[in-house]
Amino acid sequence: MRSRSWRPAAGHVFVSGYVVLLVAFGIAPTMYALNLAFTDSEGRFAGISNFLRTAQDYRFVAALGHVATYLVLWLVTLTVLVLLLALVVHRLASRWSRAALRFVYYVPGALAGASSVLLWLFMLDPSVSPVDGLVRSLWGDTFVQVIAPGHLPWIFTIIAFWTGAGGWITVMYGALNSIPYTVIEAARVDGAGPVKTALRVQLPMLRKWIVYMLILSLAAGTQLFVEPQLVSQAGFGVVGTDYSLNQLAYLYAFDQNDFNGSAAIAIDLLIVALCCAGLFVARGGLFDAD
Amino acid sequence: MRTDQRPGIVRMVGRGLIAVLLLAFALFFVLPMVWLLLASTKSPADLIHANPLSPGSIGTLVTNWQHLMSFQDGAVLTWMTNSVVYSALSVALTLLVGIPAGYAMALMRFGGRRLLLIVTLVVMLMPATALVLPIFLELSYLGLINKTASVVLPMSFFPFGVYLTYIYFSTSVPGDLLDAARLDGCGETATFFRVALPLAKPVVALVAFFSFVNNWNNFFLPYVMLPNSGNYPMQVGLTQMLAATPTFNPVVGANAEVQPPELVLATLISIAPVLLVFLFSQRFLVAGLTAGATKG
Repeated sequence: MRSRSWRPAAGHVFVSGYVVLLVAFGIAPTMYALNLAFTDSEGRFAGISNFLRTAQDYRFVAALGHVATYLVLWLVTLTVLVLLLALVVHRLASRWSRAALRFVYYVPGALAGASSVLLWLFMLDPSVSPVDGLVRSLWGDTFVQVIAPGHLPWIFTIIAFWTGAGGWITVMYGALNSIPYTVIEAARVDGAGPVKTALRVQLPMLRKWIVYMLILSLAAGTQLFVEPQLVSQAGFGVVGTDYSLNQLAYLYAFDQNDFNGSAAIAIDLLIVALCCAGLFVARGGLFDAD
Repeated sequence: MRTDQRPGIVRMVGRGLIAVLLLAFALFFVLPMVWLLLASTKSPADLIHANPLSPGSIGTLVTNWQHLMSFQDGAVLTWMTNSVVYSALSVALTLLVGIPAGYAMALMRFGGRRLLLIVTLVVMLMPATALVLPIFLELSYLGLINKTASVVLPMSFFPFGVYLTYIYFSTSVPGDLLDAARLDGCGETATFFRVALPLAKPVVALVAFFSFVNNWNNFFLPYVMLPNSGNYPMQVGLTQMLAATPTFNPVVGANAEVQPPELVLATLISIAPVLLVFLFSQRFLVAGLTAGATKG
C-alpha cells in the first residue's frame, strides 16, 4: 500500500478524458433525473409523489406485466438454449463444423435495433414470410393476427434470441474451452457420460458466466423499447405505444410534457439496472485481474 | 451381443438428434438473412406471389435501388451519411479517451483508481438505454438537442471499452516491460505511445469494433435526441420508411412512397457496413470474445 493521498499523478491525466465523459453522461444525468423525479414541475420538492402517480397510471401496471412476461420467457429460453448449443457444439469432433456453426449462430449479431425488428416484421408477415406455414399455424393468417398483444412476448423473445444468442454461445464456448482437459478426462474415467459431465462438471464451472449473461440480459430486457415501438407503428394500432415501461417514460416526456413523471419511471428502471449491476460487481470478480 | 448393440443404437439416435438440433438452429439463424438478400431483388408482386426463397432479378434490384434513392429526395443517402459521421466520430473519441484510461487503470497508480474501476464496472453493466432519457433531460436543459454532439458525446462514453482495455493491459502486457522503458528514461507519455500502444493493437481494434457496432445500431438515443428527419441516422430513418410502406401502413395505400422490396433493400443497406466488418473480422472477434471468457 502506498500513500493514499490525492496528489495529482500522471494516471490522472490519462483517465481525465474518460472521467469527464463518465461524469457528463453517467453521473450527471442520473443526478439530474433523480432531482426531477423528486420535484414537481415548478421545482419544489415533491417527495415520492411522482413515483406514486406514475405507478398508479393504469398503463404502468400493464407495461410492467408485459415486460415481466417477456423477461421470464427470454431469460429461460436464452439460458437453456445457449447452454445446450454451446455444450453440443463444443463436443463436436470436427474442428471445421465447430467453427462453421459458431460463425453461423453469431452472424445475426450484426443486426440489432431497428434493422432486426424490421426483418422480423417481414418474417412474421404470412404474406411474404419464408416460413409462412409455421407462422400461420402458430399465430394466425394475417399480420395483424400474428402481432396480437398476447403473442408479443414470444415474438420479442425470438428477435432477441436471434440477434443476441450467438454472441453468448461464443462466450460460453470460450469458457468451456478454458476448463482443463484433465477435469473432463477425470469425469470420463469415473464413468460419467456426456450428459452427466455437462450437468455435474461443466455447467457448475460456467456458473459465473451464466450469472453474467443473466444479469446483463435482465438489465437490457427491462429497457425494451425499439421492438414494441416498431411493432406498434406497423400494427395498425393493434398494439399501443405504451406497451413497455420505457415507451411509457417516453410518452410522459414527449406526449404529456411531464418530465418529472418521465424521470420517475426512468429512475425505476435505473434502480433495477443498478441493482443487477451492483449484485454482480459485489459477487462477481470481473476485476479479478486487479 | 444385445448389450453391445444397444449403446450403438442409442448413440446413433443421439447423434441424429444432435445433428437435427444443430441444423435447425443453423437454419433459424441463417434463413432470415438469406431471405433478406433474395427479397431485395424482387418486385412487390413477386415478393408476395413467388416462392419466398426464389431469387428475383438484377434488373429489379436496380429498379428497387433507384426508387429507394429517390425516396424523399435521397433521404436514405443523407441518413447513411449521418450514420457514418456519428459512428466514426464516436469511435474516434471513444478510443482517444478510453484506451489511455484503461491503460492507466491497469498499470499506473493514482488516487481514486479503485473507485473509478468500480464505477466503470457498474456503469458498464447497466444498459446504455437506461440513461437515454436522463441524458435527454440534461442536454435539453443545456440546449444541445438536435445537434450532432447530442448523440456523438453520449455514444463516446463507452465503459465496456475501458474495461476491455483494462483487462488487456492487466493480463497481456507485462508490467516489467513498461518499467524497463521507464528506467530507460521514457516519461509516462512516451512509455504509453512508444511501448504500450504498439502492443495494444488487438484491443484497440476490438474496442473500435464494439463501439462501432453499438453506435451504428443505436436507435433509442438518436430517436430521442434528433427530432429532425434531416439529422436521422439510418436506424431511425428506417422507421420513417416503415411508416410509408403499404404492408405495414394501409393508410398510405396505392400512393405509397416505399414498396416492401424497397424497405427490404433499405434494411439490407442499413446493416451492410456492420455485416461487412463482421464477416471480415469474425476470426479475430471470436478470439477476442473467447479471450475474455478464458480469463474467468
